[in-house]
Amino acid sequence: MAARPEARLGGLRETVSAALARLRSGGDVGDRVPSGGWRVVADKEFGDHVLSVRLFILVAVLGLAAVGAIYSTSTFVRSNAQQAAGAPGLFVLLFSAQSPSSQIPSFATLIGLLGPLLGIAFGFDAINGERAERTLPRLVAQPIHRDDVINGKFAAGLAAIGLVLVAITVLVSGVAFFELGIVPGPDDVARVVAWLAATIVYVGFWLAFAMLCSVALRRAATSALAAISVWLVLTLFASLLTGIAAGILAPLPANPTLDQQVANAQLQLDLARISPGELYGEATAYLLNPSVQSVGIIMPSQQAAALPSILPFEQSLLLSWPQGVALVALTVVCFGAAYVAFMRQEIRA
Amino acid sequence: MSVIRTRALTKTYGSLVAVDHLNLDVRPGEVFGLLGPNGAGKTTTILMLLGLSEPTEGHAEVAGFDPTRDPLEVKRRVGYLPDQVGFYGNLTGRQNLRYTARLNRLNEREIEGRIGGLLDQVGLADVADRTVDTYSRGMLQRLGLADALVKDPSVVILDEPTTAIDPAGVVEVLASIRSIARDRGAAVLLSSHLLHQVQQVCDRVAIFVAGKVVAQGTMRRLAEQMAGDTLQIEVGLEGPADALEPALRAVPGVHEAVRDEHDPRVWRVTGSRALQQRLAGELVSRGVAVWHLRRVGDDLDEIYMRYFANNKEVGDGRAA
Ligand SMILES: Nc1ncnc2c1ncn2[C@@H]1O[C@H](COP(=O)(O)OP(=O)(O)OP(=O)(O)O)[C@@H](O)[C@H]1O
Ligand SMILES: [Mg+2]
Repeated sequence: MAARPEARLGGLRETVSAALARLRSGGDVGDRVPSGGWRVVADKEFGDHVLSVRLFILVAVLGLAAVGAIYSTSTFVRSNAQQAAGAPGLFVLLFSAQSPSSQIPSFATLIGLLGPLLGIAFGFDAINGERAERTLPRLVAQPIHRDDVINGKFAAGLAAIGLVLVAITVLVSGVAFFELGIVPGPDDVARVVAWLAATIVYVGFWLAFAMLCSVALRRAATSALAAISVWLVLTLFASLLTGIAAGILAPLPANPTLDQQVANAQLQLDLARISPGELYGEATAYLLNPSVQSVGIIMPSQQAAALPSILPFEQSLLLSWPQGVALVALTVVCFGAAYVAFMRQEIRA
Repeated sequence: MSVIRTRALTKTYGSLVAVDHLNLDVRPGEVFGLLGPNGAGKTTTILMLLGLSEPTEGHAEVAGFDPTRDPLEVKRRVGYLPDQVGFYGNLTGRQNLRYTARLNRLNEREIEGRIGGLLDQVGLADVADRTVDTYSRGMLQRLGLADALVKDPSVVILDEPTTAIDPAGVVEVLASIRSIARDRGAAVLLSSHLLHQVQQVCDRVAIFVAGKVVAQGTMRRLAEQMAGDTLQIEVGLEGPADALEPALRAVPGVHEAVRDEHDPRVWRVTGSRALQQRLAGELVSRGVAVWHLRRVGDDLDEIYMRYFANNKEVGDGRAA
């Protein structure tokens, strides 16, 4: 009796991996084997993630938080429903708007806040876990390239992250649809999909960072702690740090001129944009709020020029493009660092 | 034709020379033992043969390929059991082997049969569907042996394959190592410091101390090399020591007779080769009762100890 749940879990694993094998070979399990070793690694890792306790915890925590956020926003939206009814972009506002009377942040803010945790959870023990279990020498002695190990693990992590985020977004959309009767238009769907893509890249950055920690640090606990510390510091103290740095580089005298103030603020913003959280926040603002036309410093003269209108999706996408590209670049750089560190490491010890 | 060949293979870590100009040749169908104390450089050598570690100097050829330049071709053909083998604890033994099989791009249809057979062979069929978390260390090592054979290798490299296995298990494992070489025609390179086991299973051995091979060849040749014109015999005699020593020295051909430190009834006699046939008869004819007689140096242990002792002397000399 005691072995039952385990056996069932094992059975589930067989089903998952058989389904994956079937998918890959186009319905014909057999002769066709995956070409790249990274795909075999990714399959196995993804199977581990899908059945892992950490995935269930993350889905439960994020799911609860998301539903809470949506309820809070929806009460606000409902009370303003008279004005809002039929307004374009109402659906995405559910994701991004925060009720002024509530402490609960919007769904998008919440994901921006907790998303890094998702990335860290799937990456912090990627390499040092193999070392701890002493499986690494055996793994790299198989006929795969050494980078297949880290590539496969990154791909599996991204897939697991995508799975969790899509599941939660679908859950939230379902709540919005059934509870509030708000039907998304094609523009809304496109916005949500683009936002999901940006979110996966953003969480992917933290996945890559956690993997870098897992290569550099021998113990999984240390590596998790390091990744979480960096995330907390960036989240809590980023504005403080950029403020100090800007104060040094573009100091404000006692009675600053407007130019000096603008220079200081611009520098702060530029510095903040080194942080993936800031970039992601800006991209989210564009994508999930059709009326946002700029996230930079707006001068009164520009404000007059800005039309108080709602942008079509293509315009918002265009506006968020630089942030998206920067986010991808940061993620690639971070993964590149993990990759190089792993390739240069001794397999033993 | 050798399937593992190294020429002047060298690895240094900083100023430490872990492997020093190593020349090895292992032929197909042969079990070759790499024998040496801790830190001799056995694992380092093996990692270089697999292309998992870059040689500082020299080169190697395994299954016809250079591990540094064609690591994938080498790894396709070489089964490897690491010294401290580990498996994914959340998967069953069978699932772990299946992963290895997939990494080797084995045909999905053949995988199950192959894995089942190997699990049987290493005696893990009963626990194959339990998660590896629940395995003992010896069971892990057996699984490691099966894992090394999944790809049907032409070269098998085993780093201390018997360290955690119980005596009855060792007999089985050694038998399967033999059959890997005999029946599959694979070359087996195994490292160990368990001399008796190596002696039972290896066709040839290399004794490896501080990165250097100090002796290489079949057991018999090593013993002969060691012995030279003189040999050493251990005899157990009854009687008072002061009477026995002159009696021993009186036997023609005896150069030296030393009493054992631990057992006062045992003597170590050094002398000419002819003593092997004559010593017992001579002693009996002088009225000495002989209850034990053994030629020292036949057995790998002695050879090994002698090299280690020499090595120690070098170390002691340096320290003094
Ligand atoms: N990464 C490393 N950096 C520095 N020195 C190393 C490294 N790896 C191994 N060594 C040294 O190389 C020497 C040979 O080590 P190796 O592991 O090959 O020995 P071994 O013969 O396998 O020993 P054992 O029987 O204990 O397994 C040792 O002195 C060891 O300290
Ligand atoms: Mg070793």
